[in-house]
Amino acid sequence: MIELKNISKSFGEHHILKNVSAKFHKGKVNFIIGRSGSGKSVMTKCTVGLLEPDEGQVLFDGRDFTVMNQRKRKEIHKEIGMLFQGGALFDSMTVSENIKFPLKMFSDMTDQEMDVRASDCLKRVMLEGHGDKFTGELSGGMQKRVGIARAISMNPKYLFCDEPNSGLDPQTAIVIDNLIIDITREYGMTTVVVSHDMNSVIEASDTIHFIHQGEIAFEGTNDEMMVSKSETLNEFIYASKLMQKLRDR
Amino acid sequence: MSIIFHIGRYTRFILRVFRKPENGAVFRRSLVNELTTIGTNSVGIVALLSLFMGAVMCLQTAHQVSGWIPAYTIGFTVRQTMILEFSPTLIPVILAGKIGSNIASQLGTMRVSEQIDALEIMGINSAGFLTLPKIIAGILCFPLLVIMSMFLGLASGAGIAYVTGVSSMADFQYGLQVDFLAYDVIYALIKTTIFSIVITSVSAYHGYHTHGGALEVAKSSTKAVVYSVVIIMMSNLILTKLLLT
Repeated sequence: MIELKNISKSFGEHHILKNVSAKFHKGKVNFIIGRSGSGKSVMTKCTVGLLEPDEGQVLFDGRDFTVMNQRKRKEIHKEIGMLFQGGALFDSMTVSENIKFPLKMFSDMTDQEMDVRASDCLKRVMLEGHGDKFTGELSGGMQKRVGIARAISMNPKYLFCDEPNSGLDPQTAIVIDNLIIDITREYGMTTVVVSHDMNSVIEASDTIHFIHQGEIAFEGTNDEMMVSKSETLNEFIYASKLMQKLRDR
Repeated sequence: MSIIFHIGRYTRFILRVFRKPENGAVFRRSLVNELTTIGTNSVGIVALLSLFMGAVMCLQTAHQVSGWIPAYTIGFTVRQTMILEFSPTLIPVILAGKIGSNIASQLGTMRVSEQIDALEIMGINSAGFLTLPKIIAGILCFPLLVIMSMFLGLASGAGIAYVTGVSSMADFQYGLQVDFLAYDVIYALIKTTIFSIVITSVSAYHGYHTHGGALEVAKSSTKAVVYSVVIIMMSNLILTKLLLT
């Protein structure tokens, strides 16, 4: 489980996160939703250590990340996999090399073992036979799947996905959603997905944290969200005509 | 932003760069790649510029030499100019444009496409992983490139003197040898080594701290070259004062 306790973060006069607390459960797909600029990405970056919170604690299964030294943080980082919005694949490497990269850096595997592991990961994201391609040769959806394959190559305990469906067509988005659900269950990971795509939220979420103006305005399940009386949450959920039609039915 | 802010951030960056690499084998492979990028790929431009510069230096000096000025002055001036200033200072300035912009744009693109964040999430010291091989490759390659530049400049000076007849080979050769101080070469190599650290680290610093998109990558690339050249010129003055006077 990942737990955030009273996290605050400001950039100069701008208070992005105000005393945010949240729990992300093991074996579940935990969504952080909110409007652009609401503080979702800052919250995620504070959680994974890409930004230092001004106040508060980030606990990975009870281990306080905010007070750890660099060496201990590295150990936690080896337990984290992350899928970035743009894939963040290394464009100088092939697909297979991208997946093997964390293994080369931190594991004692032989080249042969790494090849097998990369091949398994590619199979898991339905991209067998694409290992020798360069990332520039792949479509957006394929790049996201390679990103997932790289994220799971080290068998992480925690998976973070930043806008996994941005720029994807609805069908490919569902493929990615299902993949995130499946690998979360399969590996028993604590998965945190940052998104503002309501289709994904409905398809894939186990728990939802709605962040509004740097504060958690709602926390609950999918069903609870749909019947919530929170005005700001409802404005966000039912912003699109499709969701309004669904509500009116 | 204030210069103090940049000095502080650059110092922190350099302290991260010089931490022990996570994986020695991966570091060695990166170093070999950087030796190719920084060293082998710069041989052509350095050779071309040195050949022309040595030849021009010879003709310009010959144009000034007349009357009581001895003919060997041509060879002497070409030698001193190439060894003391052109090869160790102007070649790094030119390489700041070629290598510095390359480093800054590479790291800047990696930053804006979140590749650096991906390295950090994996538990890799991204500053060291991306920059240390470049700095070491620079330290190893720049002196060799500068020595090559010196030889080619002197050779082209001799060649043009022979072809145009502005100096006899005997006079030119005497000029190359007269009052030669091996320390001048050592001074040149010390300068070059320091300039290589300036170019690689300052360019990496600007690329690494890029924020935004393609426009900011281009700005970082420009800043990398401008700051590298300015720092080279300033440190050239300081080093010359310290080492030659």
